[in-house]
Amino acid sequence: MTVTYFAALCALTLAAYIIAVRRSSAIANTANGRQRLHSLPTYHGLLAASLVIFPMIAIFALGSPILSHEAATNALSHFPADVQADAMRAGATLRDIRNLAAGQHSGEASDALRAAADSYNSTSTQGAYILLAAGIAAALLGIAIAFRLISPQFRARNHFEKVVNVVLIACAAVAILTTIGIVASVLTETLRFFFDPHIKGRPTVTDFLFGTEWNPQAAMRADQGDIKTAYGFLPLLTGTLLITFIAICVAGPLGLLSAIYLAEYASPKVRAYGKPVLEILAGIPTVVLGFFAALTVAPMIRGFGQYLGLDVASESALAAGLVMGMMIIPFISSLSDDVINAVPQSLRDGSAALGATKSETIRQVVLPAALPGIVSAFMLAISRAIGETMIVVMAAGLAANLTFNPLEAVTTITVQIKTLLVGDQEFDSAKTLAAFALGFVLFFVTLMLNVIALRIVRKYREQYD
Amino acid sequence: MENRAVDLSAIERIEAARTAQITGAARPAKVVAEGVDVYYGAKHALKDVSVDVPDRGVMAFIGPSGCGKSTFLRCINRMNDTIPSCRVTGKITIDDQDIYDPALDVVQLRARVGMVFQKPNPFPKSIFDNVAYGPRIHGLSTNKTELDQIVQMSLQKAGLWEEVKDRLQDSGTSLSGGQQQRLCIARAIAVSPDVILMDEPCSALDPIATAKVETLIDELRSQFCIIIVTHSMQQAARVSQRTAFFHLGTLVEEGPTQLIFTNPKDQRTQDYITGRFG
Repeated sequence: MTVTYFAALCALTLAAYIIAVRRSSAIANTANGRQRLHSLPTYHGLLAASLVIFPMIAIFALGSPILSHEAATNALSHFPADVQADAMRAGATLRDIRNLAAGQHSGEASDALRAAADSYNSTSTQGAYILLAAGIAAALLGIAIAFRLISPQFRARNHFEKVVNVVLIACAAVAILTTIGIVASVLTETLRFFFDPHIKGRPTVTDFLFGTEWNPQAAMRADQGDIKTAYGFLPLLTGTLLITFIAICVAGPLGLLSAIYLAEYASPKVRAYGKPVLEILAGIPTVVLGFFAALTVAPMIRGFGQYLGLDVASESALAAGLVMGMMIIPFISSLSDDVINAVPQSLRDGSAALGATKSETIRQVVLPAALPGIVSAFMLAISRAIGETMIVVMAAGLAANLTFNPLEAVTTITVQIKTLLVGDQEFDSAKTLAAFALGFVLFFVTLMLNVIALRIVRKYREQYD
Repeated sequence: MENRAVDLSAIERIEAARTAQITGAARPAKVVAEGVDVYYGAKHALKDVSVDVPDRGVMAFIGPSGCGKSTFLRCINRMNDTIPSCRVTGKITIDDQDIYDPALDVVQLRARVGMVFQKPNPFPKSIFDNVAYGPRIHGLSTNKTELDQIVQMSLQKAGLWEEVKDRLQDSGTSLSGGQQQRLCIARAIAVSPDVILMDEPCSALDPIATAKVETLIDELRSQFCIIIVTHSMQQAARVSQRTAFFHLGTLVEEGPTQLIFTNPKDQRTQDYITGRFG
């Protein structure tokens, strides 16, 4: 039925366009010679088409949920009131009804279920016809209005500009509303984690933010009763910061210096090949880098540590940090390269004309001028590092140690989110909800980083053109 | 050029003597170019240019766009080195020292030959740091007081001190276009160069800012050898003592400014200054 609706939509839109174009052309070529239209026939056509397409989409977008809700209510009315009242059972019943209605129900169906399925089907079909009729009526109305509006004086061109405006706003709104939706959902679950009295074993906000022990896996079943559950977030934070710090220590200098080489010293040929190769590094899946970290780098560090007489865990923050550093080099180098190239040549000339060498020019003129861009490149790289999961899972382990020793195993926020949600979970247990709390904190940290980066960029931005 | 100095007419000798009076005394040439050719790849941009630029005073290079005057200017501080396809032959000396000598330190040369560009290009730093940039990299001051003095003197010479003395820490880019250009001149002066090259320094400025920069150039000519490239013949007439006219990569004519503008020898110069082409 949806297919029919959208076929009708396409056909009517096209029809509206053609009718309006023809009508306006006809008005232009009247019996007494050519008449000048304010807008070209194409604009009349586009305006007519938008008078059809938007009302039809709106009717479908509003009608479909109402229809589906109606169908569900009607179908459930065949079941006793206690089923309808319990959300869980109502949901399960509804699934059965839908399956039967679609002919995929397995096993014996009860009479009530069969009646409900029939009712579901008939409501759906009827509703779809009503929807189709309403859509076509609206489209015809739109075409009629557009037809009446066409005249030499009518400013279809200007009116279409408003349509464009609305379309652009709608597209932007989708992105913005999605963001708001995600944040709201994570925030709600986080609040449930902390304040919902039905959740067993939930921590207080202080326990969560300042607790030094992270042990959410314990005491989920009654027979494990005496193991303490702990949701102390600090070890995860320190683990995340430690690995990110190591990664930036690796990627910062390497990325920035290679950007300077590519932008200022490399011959065009080297640059043409070097930059894409560096960018390929960003395209390596992190899971590949992860097993490289776990199977090659971590044992190497361990061996080297033993040689020096150090006790290195086989899964260490250092291994994860080093490999993650390699991963984010392209972010820093590629973006920094772009901003360094964007520094006007006139500044380099001015410096050279004063007798500065190339490296003096770069250090004292080019880099300060490119600083805002370089800072945002670093911030982007840090956000990537904080949000990275796979490398850490494979190379740094799962043990939530509160330590700043890079030779020990640590874990990060993202890894714990992944660990909490892997496998079958009850959705309203403290353990699952803890993942939302972690997600919220992660989001907050990255948001703060972005805010700081924006501040820095704004403060040091220089106007040159 | 063969027509140079071969037959000094009486009027030119008188003009030369007057110019010498204006500028102090007759001085030996500061910058001497002999048979300079410049190629951009296969393009022969500058053909056999020979000219003497006297010390102390302003020499203007005029000519239509693409005539090679800026190219020649950029040969004098070897800024053309930064263009990979560019090749320079011939000889240019400053104070009898060949600046294309392989043993010469280009960085030191550019410290002696300052340059002001077409568009003001202050660094995105404070006004103070803009002027202090050259002295700092060349180690011209040993302490903060000396540096302060150099900065103040340079800004004073550039006629900018009164306008910016209370906001030396503001960004150089916050100044108006004319102020920015005078800041660039102060920046060039701060390293005490012998020669200052100006590549159409007023083409991005409004008439009032232009007048200020021209006054400044006039004040500076007693201390520096200034070479200015300009599109404006009025400007050449106002600020320079000698003028060289370039056309299609050759130096057509060179002489005292008044003579070039009142009594040019070459028909092409005549046509250009009367506005028949260019």
